[in-house]
Amino acid sequence: MTEKVVIIGSGPAGLTAAVYNARADLDPLMIEGMERGGQLMLTTDVENYPGFPDGIMGPELMESFRKQAERFGTRIMTSDVTRVDFSARPFSIWVDEDLYEAESVIISTGASARWLGLESESKLRGHGVSACATCDGFFFRDKEIAVVGGGDSAAEEALFLTKFASKIYVIHRRDELRASKIMANRVLEHEKIEMVWNTVVDEVLGDGVVTGLKLRDVQTGDVSELPVEGMFLAIGHTPNTKVFEGQIDLDEKGYIVLPGENTMTSVPGVFAAGDVTDHVYRQAVTAAGMGCQAALDAERWLDEQEG
Amino acid sequence: MADTTTVTTDDTGFSDLIGSETPTLVDFWAEWCGPCKMMEGPLVELAGEKAGKLTVAKLNVDDNPSTAMTYEVMSIPTMILFQNGEEKKRFIGARSKGQLEAELADYVG
Repeated sequence: MTEKVVIIGSGPAGLTAAVYNARADLDPLMIEGMERGGQLMLTTDVENYPGFPDGIMGPELMESFRKQAERFGTRIMTSDVTRVDFSARPFSIWVDEDLYEAESVIISTGASARWLGLESESKLRGHGVSACATCDGFFFRDKEIAVVGGGDSAAEEALFLTKFASKIYVIHRRDELRASKIMANRVLEHEKIEMVWNTVVDEVLGDGVVTGLKLRDVQTGDVSELPVEGMFLAIGHTPNTKVFEGQIDLDEKGYIVLPGENTMTSVPGVFAAGDVTDHVYRQAVTAAGMGCQAALDAERWLDEQEG
Repeated sequence: MADTTTVTTDDTGFSDLIGSETPTLVDFWAEWCGPCKMMEGPLVELAGEKAGKLTVAKLNVDDNPSTAMTYEVMSIPTMILFQNGEEKKRFIGARSKGQLEAELADYVG
C-alpha cells in the first residue's frame, strides 16, 4: 500500500502537519522517531506558546499535540527512519528492514543539542556531562556545576539548574549573552550564577565522574581548571538530516534547503517544516506554523498530481 | 490498560530484587523526565516478550534517591541490568526496543 503522506518527526511541526493532513482525509502515517516530541520534551515551562497564559510544561504541550493528531486518525509509529530513497516515486522510506512507500513526505525531524566534540566529553556523558538540564539537574543537588553556552537555551538551563545546584558557572566564549534580554537579565542577576566570559572548555576532567573542566581564555590564552561536578551543554543545535544526505539539497550546516516560496524541498513531493529547515526563528510556534504550511502544500501538490 | 508486565521497586525492596538469578533490568526514571516517557512503551513490550527470562523493574528516583545515589545514576533514563546482585551492564539514555534487545542478547536468551 502506498501512503498518501508520511510525516517523519513528531515535534510541533510534524504533529501540526498531521492534524491538518488527517483532517483533510489524507490518512497520514507518522514515523515519530525515538526522540518523540522533540526538543520540547527536554524543557520545562514554556511561557511563550500563545493560548497558555500561565505557561505550560513542554512535555505536556507535546502530549496534547499528539492527542490532537491521533484524534483525527493519524497513525503513529515510534521508530527512527533508517534510510530513504527519494529518487523515484512513490518515495521509499525504511525503518530497519520494513519499507514504507509514500506519494508525498513531510520532513520535520528537527534539531538536536550539539556537543563540544571532545573525547573526554563523550566518555563522561551520563556521568556528569549532560545536554538535558531538566532530565539530569536533579542529580546535582547542592553541587557546583557549569553550563556552557550563551544563548536562550543556556540561560534557560542555568536558571532551571538554580533549583538544584549550589553554584552555577556559565561559560561563554563571548563577552555578552546572546539570550533574549529578559532571560539574560535573569541570569546576570541570579545570586547562584557566575559568568565566565571569553572562555571555552578544552577538556572535561574526571576519571569515572566529572571532577572539573579545563578552561581556556580565548583572549589571553590562559589555561585554568574549574572544579565542578557537572557540565551541561547549551551550545546550539544540529539539524537531524543525516538520513537525507544525498537525497535532497542541504545547506553547508546540514539544514534542508527550500528553494521556492513554499515548503517544498529540492525534490517535488518532499516537504520540510520546523527546525530541520529553520535556523533563524526556531520556536515551537513557528515550527507549528510551518507544519501547517507543509501540510497544505502537500495536500495541494497531491491534488495537482491527480488533476 | 494497566501495565502488569513490569515491576515497581523501591529503596527497601531493591537488594532482594536484583539478587535474583533471573536477569533484572532496572529503569531509573522520574515523572519530570521526557526521555523516560519514551522508554515506557519499549520496556513494557520487552517485559511481555521476555517474561520468565527477564524481569523489568522501574525505580522512581524522586522517591528513592538513595538507590540512585548508590549506583551513581547521574542521568535518566538509566537502565541497569543486574544478575545475582551484580551489575552486568548499564544503558544511559533512551533507545528503541530493538536496540535494547540487541544489547541484552548476551544475557537474555
